[in-house]
Amino acid sequence: MLGKGLLGIYLSVLVLLPVAALLAKSGSGGTAQFWREVSNPEAVAAIKLTLIVSAIVVAINAVFGTLIAWVLVRDEFPGKKIVNALIDLPFALPTIVAGVVLLALYGKGSPVGIDVAFTRTAIGLALLFVTLPFVVRSVQPVLHELDVSMEEAAESLGASPLTVLRRIVLPSLAPAIISGVALSFARAVGEFGSLVLITGNLPFKTEVGSVYVFGQIQNENLPAAAAVSVVLLVAALIVLAALTLLSRWRSKHVL
Amino acid sequence: MAIEARHVSKRFGEFAALDDVSVTVDDGALMALLGPSGSGKSTLLRIIAGLESPDEGEVVIGGEEVTDTPARSRGVGFVFQHYAPFKHMTVHNNVAFGLSVRKRPKGEIEQRVKELLGLVRLDGLAERYPSQLSGGQLQRMALARALAVQPKVLLLDEPFGALDAQVRGELREWLRRLHDEIHVTTIFVTHDQEEAMEVAEQIVVMNAGKIEQTGTPRELYESPSNEFVMSFIGPVNRIGNAFVRPHDVQILAEDDGSTIEALVKRVVHLGFEVRVELTLPDGRDIWAQVTRSAAEELELADGQILAVRLPQPRVFAPAA
Amino acid sequence: MSSSASGSLALSPAPAARMAPRGGAPGSERAVRARKYGVRTIALGYLALLLLAPVAMIFYRTFEHGLSPVWHSITEANAQHAFWLSLEIVAISVPLNTVFGIGMALLLERGRFRGRWLLGLLIDLPFAISPVVIGLALVLAYGKTGWLGDWLTENGIQVIFSVPGMVLATAIVSLPFVARETIPVLRELGTDAEQAASTLGASGWQTFWRITLPGIRWGVVYGVVLTTARALGEFGAVSIVSGRIEGQTQTLPLFVQARFENFDATGAYTAAVVLALLAFATLIAMNLLTRRTRADTAV
Repeated sequence: MLGKGLLGIYLSVLVLLPVAALLAKSGSGGTAQFWREVSNPEAVAAIKLTLIVSAIVVAINAVFGTLIAWVLVRDEFPGKKIVNALIDLPFALPTIVAGVVLLALYGKGSPVGIDVAFTRTAIGLALLFVTLPFVVRSVQPVLHELDVSMEEAAESLGASPLTVLRRIVLPSLAPAIISGVALSFARAVGEFGSLVLITGNLPFKTEVGSVYVFGQIQNENLPAAAAVSVVLLVAALIVLAALTLLSRWRSKHVL
Repeated sequence: MAIEARHVSKRFGEFAALDDVSVTVDDGALMALLGPSGSGKSTLLRIIAGLESPDEGEVVIGGEEVTDTPARSRGVGFVFQHYAPFKHMTVHNNVAFGLSVRKRPKGEIEQRVKELLGLVRLDGLAERYPSQLSGGQLQRMALARALAVQPKVLLLDEPFGALDAQVRGELREWLRRLHDEIHVTTIFVTHDQEEAMEVAEQIVVMNAGKIEQTGTPRELYESPSNEFVMSFIGPVNRIGNAFVRPHDVQILAEDDGSTIEALVKRVVHLGFEVRVELTLPDGRDIWAQVTRSAAEELELADGQILAVRLPQPRVFAPAA
Repeated sequence: MSSSASGSLALSPAPAARMAPRGGAPGSERAVRARKYGVRTIALGYLALLLLAPVAMIFYRTFEHGLSPVWHSITEANAQHAFWLSLEIVAISVPLNTVFGIGMALLLERGRFRGRWLLGLLIDLPFAISPVVIGLALVLAYGKTGWLGDWLTENGIQVIFSVPGMVLATAIVSLPFVARETIPVLRELGTDAEQAASTLGASGWQTFWRITLPGIRWGVVYGVVLTTARALGEFGAVSIVSGRIEGQTQTLPLFVQARFENFDATGAYTAAVVLALLAFATLIAMNLLTRRTRADTAV
């Protein structure tokens, strides 16, 4: 069918060709050059910073995201519908605006006196903002469908609320939480727009992987940019794949 | 239009859904494809409709070979188990769909839809949406929709399976009457032998992709050609290799020399009929079906010992 | 973003009511209620600090010096250009992705071929790649020194540093949404109605237009809303591909950054507020539609 051909062309022009060009460029100087670009101290610092902060952020998301999902599904209070709608805000808001917005409250001239601009905390803050919806939206539907009678049965058998949470509820939610974490991580590793203004992009201090790549492009050092890009991409894909498999394995044993 | 399926075979991966199946349906006949799940009956129906293609064999409708013709050009009316309504269209537009796709003039469409809605007793509901109809109404709409384009044959895939018992009964009768009026060659698929017996003129009994027997309801019941048909159609007692129908088990007031003793294990009153569970002298259990009046006459009770006469049992040659 | 995000938030009875028959003593009931309020406070407090306060701050900062500086910023030439350019890019990339998304969904759900998982992966790939990397990849593929660079120059087509490249970048980052949202709806719709249409004589195209499309429309609309939001807000990839030439290849998000870096706070905040308002409109649309997507697939 003609349709399939057109779809194929669209996909190639948009995804296949650019990604292939990227991979080619990163390997264009051979393994030696690739390694050189990637082991450049500034690059290493940026990559390390990215991975560590992203890991911390998704861990926080796993906890707070689940908590928020819990409150939205199991609790009732005025304005809940509005709060629920607002969860998607970080998704709908352009990343640059997110950066500006956080800077206004937590940067220089902050009315509450907090100034974390140009610090690593700012990175964490921005990433928490943009990855907020992932775990919440992943857990909500599962929590919604969760059969309360499981918890009631555990209670009737003498389990304390904490035990019920730990041994009944959380294991059932685990696949959804893991899945949300995977998406958060992939997003966090690649995040750019919200970090550009609030972190100051100081090399070795607050420069993350994506900003480093951007800098290299500005300096017309495309092989370096491509090499580090590939590292970031592979990191995101590995974590995505691993967590997706983990999530699927968990759901087999839990449901 | 007569329908013929000749030596049709179909596999899904490793699974043989149909194995060299041949069926002939006379013009204007009302036939049932009867069998358990996985027997291939739905697959055969869908192959006749053109919704699946056979790996081997041909389909002939009205003398014309249609094996390679797509469903939309075969002129078949198909009714699905779950009605397949066009949920975003009114009842009227659902029924009109086939006609509007053929670009018939508006006046003609209106006329025909009105006629059909009257036929299926849904007039007055033309502007409703499928979500507002009951199961029985939805199935009647599906039928009206299929009939709108005057199909050469009408195919129904477990049409009453999703309905509750009472509605099912009503629609069965209604389908029979509809067929009497319209005389379209009709094939319907069912796993319910009672339904097949009640509605169809001819029944094709299928099992594991093959045809076990074809015949009228009476023929199948009284002269089953093998174990499967006998067990599938009508109630049956299995005594070793022999088969005995429960209503053929005679319970007599007293021994007359040709009877054996049996112990009444349990008497179950099912309204019009009474089911008597018996244990034979050799320890085997069978059950007999007697009428209410007969049961009263014999004063049946649990623990009684009765005189029972078994008919000549039916024994079939072991399957090849 | 999953379309099964809470549309209807049914709740289970508060734990306190359930536990009352058990312990009996008022103390345990109070403890349960305290726990419930505690959890609620933590969750809402987190959201307030992370989400609400910053956004409220922006609105305050924008209007704190009155309306006239804001008006001035809105009507300024470059701001206007940035706004309309953003809309133009969205107007091109969203329809393209919509058609593609529906086509892909049909292919993945109704098609029969090997390597479907690979296709799904390719469609989801933009989620895993940083926008900056996407920008780079585009430059490497379509830039003057890129793979197709010579061919493009020969044919007088400029992709990088001009609008076509920006459309391309925007289309890539917003690629997956329509497909992802349409697939589950397509699956739930099932093939029965399409087969019925076929037996009634409808051609493939007629079946698609009159039966399939109306059946999946809310999934598609939701996907379009998500696509539009993502396209409007795109920053990193477009930043690289556009060259950020003020008044020419500067979208509204790029404008925000430029103004901010030039210490025109009001200009930056005003543009940010415009984008935030569009984001709120998106939120409203998303939440209204989630309820529709659920409701319409029920018989």
